[in-house]
Amino acid sequence: MSDTTAYQGATATQHEPGFGDYVQLLKPRVMSLVVFTALVGLLVAPVSLHPVEAFSAILFIALGAGASGALNMWWDADIDAVMKRTARRPVPAGKVQAGEALAVGLGLSGISVVMLGLATNVMAAALLAFTIFFYAVVYSMWLKRSTPQNIVIGGAAGAFPPMIGWVAATGSVSVEAFLMFALIFMWTPPHFWALALFMKEDYHTAGVPMLTVTHGRKATRAHIMVYTLLLVPVALGAAVTSIGGPLTLAVAVVLNLWFVVGAYRIWHRDEAMAEADNYAVEKAFFRFSLLYLFLHFAAFLAEVALKLAGLGGW
Amino acid sequence: MTFRPEHELHKRRFSRNLGVGLTLAAFVVLVFALTVVKVKRGDPMQGYDHTIQPLSVPKEEAQP
Repeated sequence: MSDTTAYQGATATQHEPGFGDYVQLLKPRVMSLVVFTALVGLLVAPVSLHPVEAFSAILFIALGAGASGALNMWWDADIDAVMKRTARRPVPAGKVQAGEALAVGLGLSGISVVMLGLATNVMAAALLAFTIFFYAVVYSMWLKRSTPQNIVIGGAAGAFPPMIGWVAATGSVSVEAFLMFALIFMWTPPHFWALALFMKEDYHTAGVPMLTVTHGRKATRAHIMVYTLLLVPVALGAAVTSIGGPLTLAVAVVLNLWFVVGAYRIWHRDEAMAEADNYAVEKAFFRFSLLYLFLHFAAFLAEVALKLAGLGGW
Repeated sequence: MTFRPEHELHKRRFSRNLGVGLTLAAFVVLVFALTVVKVKRGDPMQGYDHTIQPLSVPKEEAQP
């Protein structure tokens, strides 16, 4: 009896996962955001790394983020299966077993933390380990199913990469690193609450206590407005530190003005108006929020390039 | 003796094995490159060979 005949007898109906299915466990789209923000954090730092060290740092930060994504998919397989947005993920789709996702998550967590420590420094590795723990345990296992503030506190996990990039280069945390962290941290709630407004059935069906489910949609709209206003000083503050400059400040002013106007429009709508145009304002705000974050970090990067040309910075 | 035709299962596994193989190879190359960079950029290093190495002696002790 060959290995294939044994396989046919036991689990012939199961899907044999391909390499791509394991890659999907790492949430490649989230990883791309992590790579970009970590790269910016590393490049805007006043200390430069050797290209091989810098590449390794970004790679292992991304791998750590991917590992936490796999752990999240292992833990959340039950609710992923009932949400339209996540039902096609490898574990609920039956392509990869939950235990395999756990093994991939734990294995890559260890490799990424150790390798980041060896490639750069211990503090960056410790921050990465804390980020993985925060996303997998604090957010996924604890907050996500227990409090409507899940997105607010859990957002910290997504906010750490630029700080890790900065620490990988410098070995310490500074106000610039903290403000890059705060920018993503304060941006996360309005971004996800806008999504929750037009994906309402998903979270309700899964029993996830999103603000829209626990406090209603009117309160969610007010929260989006408040958090967007709180985001403004953080974004402007980052623009006046050593990583900013006139260009960054101009970009921050325009983006935040636009973001506040979007939040105001959401705040002043009710459900009847939103359903009438199929949540057009909320969807536009959500799409713009992605551009908002990208352009902020792109401006930091552009400022570095301008400084090299003797133009940027304060 | 004839070769049995390759099972469809083997084809599906091939992509996974190839992916894992290439990933491991890339990892080895990266660790090697990282090692070269670390060693070349490291401070002057001296192995202990039972003789006094001036750079290994703390400055306080080295001063008369």
